[in-house]
Amino acid sequence: MTITPCSRTPNAPKSYATRSRELRLVISGAQQRAMQNAEASADAALAASLAEDLDGNFESVVRRFQDRLFTFSLRLTASREDAEEVAQDAFVRAYRALKTYPAERVRAMALRAWLYQVTLNVARNRLRKKRHPTVSLDGDDAGGARAARQAHDDPSVRPDARFEVKRERADIATLVAQLPDRYRSPLILRYVEGLKLEEVAAILKQPLGTTKSNVHRAINALREAMTESRRAGVR
Amino acid sequence: MIRASKKSTETPAGLERALRRLSREKAPRTLLPAVLSRVGLADRYWRLESPLGPVYVAHSKAGISMVSRASSPAAFERRFAERFGRPVSAEKAVPPASVRALIRNVKGEGRRSLRFDLRDLSEFERAVLYKALEIPSGEVRPYSWIAREIGHPDAVRATGSVLAKNPVPLLIPCHRVVRSDGHIGQYSLGGSRAKRRLLEVEGADPGLLERLAAEGVRYLGNAEQKHFCFPTCGGIDTLVLTNKVRFSSEREALAAGYHPCADCRPLPVAA
Repeated sequence: MTITPCSRTPNAPKSYATRSRELRLVISGAQQRAMQNAEASADAALAASLAEDLDGNFESVVRRFQDRLFTFSLRLTASREDAEEVAQDAFVRAYRALKTYPAERVRAMALRAWLYQVTLNVARNRLRKKRHPTVSLDGDDAGGARAARQAHDDPSVRPDARFEVKRERADIATLVAQLPDRYRSPLILRYVEGLKLEEVAAILKQPLGTTKSNVHRAINALREAMTESRRAGVR
Repeated sequence: MIRASKKSTETPAGLERALRRLSREKAPRTLLPAVLSRVGLADRYWRLESPLGPVYVAHSKAGISMVSRASSPAAFERRFAERFGRPVSAEKAVPPASVRALIRNVKGEGRRSLRFDLRDLSEFERAVLYKALEIPSGEVRPYSWIAREIGHPDAVRATGSVLAKNPVPLLIPCHRVVRSDGHIGQYSLGGSRAKRRLLEVEGADPGLLERLAAEGVRYLGNAEQKHFCFPTCGGIDTLVLTNKVRFSSEREALAAGYHPCADCRPLPVAA
């Protein structure tokens, strides 16, 4: 009798492919949890080091969070130029705030959630100013010209994106940024940044139920906006 | 095949995946330098005169971060960015008198009260450098001495490579650390010639050190007090060799009834 590899045995309960897919799912779940734990403890260690020596360790904070805060800003503003300024302002504000906090408070901080919160505040202030631009009386429409230039510079709205996937991604990004703030922020935090609902609620200073229903409504609003934009043939 | 023609984002899971994909963006390279300079944490540098010619001295809020020779300010800025991954710009304020004096004539005291920014180094690397900081002007110690004094007697080679990469030469005087056989050895800030030049400025006699090393002499003994030292130890006047007993190893000195000097510690000295 010859020994056949078990995946080829006809009476094997599951195919090799199925089992390996299941196995991968199991591993990825465990891995994800392990990664989240590792990340949380790295954040705690960083907060402790900031409490010890803010000036010596602040650079590590910027290095660790710059991609995340920049992406978060980019999804909020849909403009790379704005996003860089928002992220920059957020780090500067964070540094100045940390300077004034007592060491115990810094050590106990949920650094990641707090940084998202600071960024969100900076972005909101900025967007508020942008939506109500001051029009100068001498008729010089500098604000409008600047907005047009930004739209032109922003790769997410440039029409020459070559690949379908990329074009679709850019479209979703634009539509997300156009959602009203009460939907946009929870949607980005939950689904783009991948935070837990509890964390999102803490960042937005909302009851968990409110966040939950806003995330839910945000998804519906986004889906509606996508259908509409498809119908209008904007893509 | 109908499903395949459908947009992937039309299913809930597809939409979630599409949203998750929006998270993979890299921050622009200009972000970190802009933040650091706005909060006053960026490194800045002076160009100062040293016995080896002009050198660039960078510092951050934490302390002196780099001393290096370079052909131009731009070349120094490039080297700094390559080594630390952060930018450096020219300092407008004048340097503290102590730093300027130490760079101009390396033998000055006061380097132990300077603050150094060695944040990128390991604990071992910092231990090596701070030990080198203890060697007095005009004296030298071998790599093996540093390794032993910091509790890693077997890490002589590692000690040598840490000193070769010393980010703040001149101020942390790695030029005072020589080969374990007594020869002067190499130097990162301009080779062995520069090292000899610095030792001369400090009053050590590199020619004499090389001659003793070539003869296999590693220690000098004081016949009256019955102790033995490294040739440059302040406790022995190296220029008067006539009354000195020469030893080629610690074992030879011990066998002759000599004790290790408590100042230069050629061997651990009981407290």
